[in-house]
Amino acid sequence: MKKDWPLWEVFVRSKNGLEHRHFGSLHAPDAEMAIKNARDVYTRRSEGVSIWVVESKNITASNPDNNAENFEPAADKAYRHPTFYDLPDDVKHM
Amino acid sequence: MTNKNLQQYIYSIADNALILGQRLGELCGHGPTLETDIALTNIALDLLGQTRSYYQYIAQELIKEDQTEDDLAFLRKERDYRNVQLVEQPNHDFAYIIVRQYFFDVFHHRFLSRLQRSKNVNLEAIASKSIKEAAYHERFSGDWLKRLGDGTAESHQRAQQAVDDLWVYTDELFHTTDDDQACIDAGHGVDVTSFKSEYFQVITDLLEEATLKVPETEFFQNGGKKGIHTEHMGYLLAEMQYMQRTYPDMKW
Repeated sequence: MKKDWPLWEVFVRSKNGLEHRHFGSLHAPDAEMAIKNARDVYTRRSEGVSIWVVESKNITASNPDNNAENFEPAADKAYRHPTFYDLPDDVKHM
Repeated sequence: MTNKNLQQYIYSIADNALILGQRLGELCGHGPTLETDIALTNIALDLLGQTRSYYQYIAQELIKEDQTEDDLAFLRKERDYRNVQLVEQPNHDFAYIIVRQYFFDVFHHRFLSRLQRSKNVNLEAIASKSIKEAAYHERFSGDWLKRLGDGTAESHQRAQQAVDDLWVYTDELFHTTDDDQACIDAGHGVDVTSFKSEYFQVITDLLEEATLKVPETEFFQNGGKKGIHTEHMGYLLAEMQYMQRTYPDMKW
């Protein structure tokens, strides 16, 4: 049975106001059952209030072979972090 | 309504959950897929949690003689269990497991929604806590039954076989014993006959949607609520009670 079931990626929102985060993957025959399975596999200990599932084949991933040109150029550009500004004392919560 | 009426009435509710929970527990690690295995084990745990609430109430409030929930679960004899025969039927195949579950869940969900209006505050509280679980169980088993019935030729045939074989155990859910009647009259119990036609309508609609035939039979099994069980019950209890009887008062 299982070998015919596609793989799904599961995203769970742990509480209202937070974003959905990737929790893992599972097999299911369709989206509706994927939600049910995700509910049983990933939220049985009160981990979440909302579930998204997406079939894994619909995810386009970056190619690890391109990691050098994709990610390494950012490594020596610390000035892109907005940490070089002096904030006025009156600005709170930044 | 005597104390004994009420005890027997609560056993008839709690024992259904215990025995079905035990049956589902047998599947732990043996489900058809990892996802289904966890789902069925979750249902088993829901049912065992409900069982504990009922047994604690009986042991602490109604018996009051140093009895614990474990004594009630593990040290009674077969004839003392008040569960319907449906829930003790074995895990023949996945279709049986789902059909048995669905036949019980449709009943259980509607039963708990009425038990929420019980005059008995303990039963009312347990029902209010359990009803969301039962609602999910019904969705889970109903969904699967539709898929099996309307699935492949093999799943259809197996689902139909399970429906045909288990149908004779449905009617007993609506039997009313003398203990039941005393509790209904006192406002503590639920008059199950009030939702019998709704029960069979819901199941008939789902079976039709699942392209399955509703069995036509005039014969129904019964006896579980009076302590008369099918031949499967003794084996189930032997396994379930083994540890407590071999090592009395053992603790994990």
